[in-house]
Amino acid sequence: MKLILEKRQQRSKRMALLSPVLAIALTIATGAIIFAMQGLNPAKAIFVYFLEPLTSVWSIEELIVKAAPLVLIGVGLALCYQARVWNIGAEGQLTIGALAGSIIPILFNSWQSPLTLVTMLLLGMLGGAAYAAIPAFLKTRFNANEILTSLMLVYVAQYLADWLIRGPWRDPDGFNFPKSVTFEGWQLLPAIGNGRVHLGAGLAIAAVIIFAVIASKTLKGFEIRVIGSSPRAGSFSGFSQKRTIYFTMLVSGALAGLAGICEIAGPSGQLQPAISPGYGFTAIIVAFLGRLNPVGVLFAGVLLAISYLGGEAAQISLGISAKISQVFQGMLLFFILACDALILYKIRFISSNGKTVKAGI
Amino acid sequence: MSKDVNNSKTGTLLEVKNIVKMFGDLAANDDVSLSIEHGEIHALLGENGAGKSTLVKIIYGSLQPTSGEIFWRGRRVDIPNPSAARDLGIGMVFQHFSLFESLSVVENIALALPGKFDLKALAKRIIEVSRDYGLPLEPSALIADLSVGQRQRIEIVRCLLQEPQLLIMDEPTAVLTPQESEQLFKTLNRLASEGCAILYISHRLDEIQQLCDEATILRHGRVVANVDPKAETAKSLARLMVGSEVMTVSARKAKQDSARVMVVSDVSAPAIGQFGVALKNINLEVHAGEIVSIAGVAGNGQGELFEVLSGERTEYVSGTITLNGEDVTSRNIIQRRALDAAFVPEERLGHGAVPEFSLSENIVLTRHSTNDGILVGGMLNSGVSETIQNRVSSDLDVRKGEADPQASSLSGGNLQKFVVGRELDRTPKLLIINQPTWGVDAGAAARIHQALLDLADAGSAVLVISQDLDEIYAISDRIAVISRGQLSPACPADEMSLEQIGLLMAGAHEKTPAQMEMQS
Repeated sequence: MKLILEKRQQRSKRMALLSPVLAIALTIATGAIIFAMQGLNPAKAIFVYFLEPLTSVWSIEELIVKAAPLVLIGVGLALCYQARVWNIGAEGQLTIGALAGSIIPILFNSWQSPLTLVTMLLLGMLGGAAYAAIPAFLKTRFNANEILTSLMLVYVAQYLADWLIRGPWRDPDGFNFPKSVTFEGWQLLPAIGNGRVHLGAGLAIAAVIIFAVIASKTLKGFEIRVIGSSPRAGSFSGFSQKRTIYFTMLVSGALAGLAGICEIAGPSGQLQPAISPGYGFTAIIVAFLGRLNPVGVLFAGVLLAISYLGGEAAQISLGISAKISQVFQGMLLFFILACDALILYKIRFISSNGKTVKAGI
Repeated sequence: MSKDVNNSKTGTLLEVKNIVKMFGDLAANDDVSLSIEHGEIHALLGENGAGKSTLVKIIYGSLQPTSGEIFWRGRRVDIPNPSAARDLGIGMVFQHFSLFESLSVVENIALALPGKFDLKALAKRIIEVSRDYGLPLEPSALIADLSVGQRQRIEIVRCLLQEPQLLIMDEPTAVLTPQESEQLFKTLNRLASEGCAILYISHRLDEIQQLCDEATILRHGRVVANVDPKAETAKSLARLMVGSEVMTVSARKAKQDSARVMVVSDVSAPAIGQFGVALKNINLEVHAGEIVSIAGVAGNGQGELFEVLSGERTEYVSGTITLNGEDVTSRNIIQRRALDAAFVPEERLGHGAVPEFSLSENIVLTRHSTNDGILVGGMLNSGVSETIQNRVSSDLDVRKGEADPQASSLSGGNLQKFVVGRELDRTPKLLIINQPTWGVDAGAAARIHQALLDLADAGSAVLVISQDLDEIYAISDRIAVISRGQLSPACPADEMSLEQIGLLMAGAHEKTPAQMEMQS
């Protein structure tokens, strides 16, 4: 008996919605097995990892703080991936955005104006977009694979940040710690409520709404989907593939850059070597789990934020490494991509004599 | 299996009984039975979506029937996959070839054969077999350098090397010149005389009458008749196929001295990519109220000409193109559509339509900037595109399973009607259409032809690019021929004999480089 994948006549809309649910279930099931192999009670471990973060006000605020950058970046990546432009380097664009936005507090520390923060955010977006323009240029000019170029540029950005923070931008009064000056109050994002939640969360929601409208209601969104599905049909329609590559790359770069400066001008309050715990990479999972749909990205961003908090919780109450969250994130991406095959294909079981035994899902 | 049974050349070779194949609720094959004798050339006739391909795929093992039985030499068999079919002695030549362009003929064939590689011995066999059957092939030639007809020969020789008892041919002449088709028929007759049975799928009724001993006609997945095609007329066959009298195309009265809608003067464009064709000094006028057709063998610059005339490609184009008196040479396709021009490309899926988009989304593809109310203040109005979709579908009788299905789920003929109807719905002043009825059944083809004639009668200019000479003669006022990127002057259709067109297709009007030099 063997298993075969048979192409469906139509994309399955049901599977498109079911696939993330299936992937999450498979991730949790595999996670339970991993916990059990560590000698832990799987039920308790799963509870600590996935549900406990939702039980206190503090951790829910923390969840929002972590979800905001994931959603911001995920919305941009979703746009990119709709066009089949594979920007893998959001982490680098985030880093450059954080650096560009920090120019004001570090080099023009005394400029105090209502425009200070706005300028910082704009610089962050500009920095991220400019950095994303490099792989876009290389792709349109030399047909260089953007997966490779954007990914490699992440490391360039991180080393640049490291050099700046340990070198010219180090706080002279910082006892030689690799940190910049602490930002002043007017250089920080205002808080929403009394806790740690800041304006970044509002920006993320705004991005979701704006891009949900762009993706589903405007010609630009249509253009991006056409170019992604069928570039020749796109050119027949009068759209330019190059323009789409630039547009999606620049927008996703700008959003990643905005997420970067929001991290620095929000929870962090100064430049440090660890600008992000891999938000730019995790947002790739967010985009796919959210079905490349801005509203879906919102939910997926919250879920992936749980995996960060869960990792910390697991370290504290279960005594296992916080790296477990990377294992969970990796599994989730793996399962979502595998389950997505079921949107276009269905599984059939074939017995050795060639008869269909059972039509599967 | 004993040897004498294996070698018998008489009696029934293949019998399929009561085959049913369901796709969801749709019965693509509904109780289909058919039998083929040794040495018989058996035609399988039917409209697009009648279930021919499904049946053939079941016989070739790439689909499994929902129910029904297959007998091979009187023995009941299961054919779980194509390699099992080949082991039985069933070979198939597909409509779309699967050859590696950068490999040679012998390498391509070696890849398809079981056993270990011995290119030298194989090359020798290829030469023998191909010469024996009048299909000359050079084993060391690169696929990229070969014409479509030559590529098809490779596929046929590849099958012949496995000494098939049954050869399935899916629309083999769709891509061939008349001469190449004649040669193919000779080969097929020769094969049949040696005892190999042939299952021949085609839309071309004249071919089937000329070639086939028996024809099974499918309609909506059912067998409607088994007939001797030689005893039928083309009309009666067509009637069986579509179930009603085929719409006959009404005669045209050519209009003289009407306004020039499109003028192409001295347009040249370099080839793009390894396999592109350069356009050289194209001159052409299309007047209001007339249909001008461009004949030619596939791959002689038709695709390039379409792209340049539609404005999909404006880079590196020299010369001038005017539309209603305005110079549009450097304007893109959206701007040309805004000047009331409309275009239908050759490839329906992936060029004329996005396969995974719904029909109403595919309406937006060419109508977003043509003042149809789809785009209002930068926002798409899906209600309008749905209305247009419904109108197009009912005007051209597009048959579909649900109200607004994915484009890829439509059969070829129905999608073509949709893609053509989407443009006709605008009543454009100029319509440029590449291969209007390629791979489309007789019913849909007649419908499209009539629509083109009606459009011209209403005063629009129509430019048709086609390989189908019957089609060209049926609808054209004037005919030009393209070969290797050069276009012959367009002459009135009644002054062009088949022989003349044949000569032009072979390049009679092409200018040598020296002549081109003098002209410019």
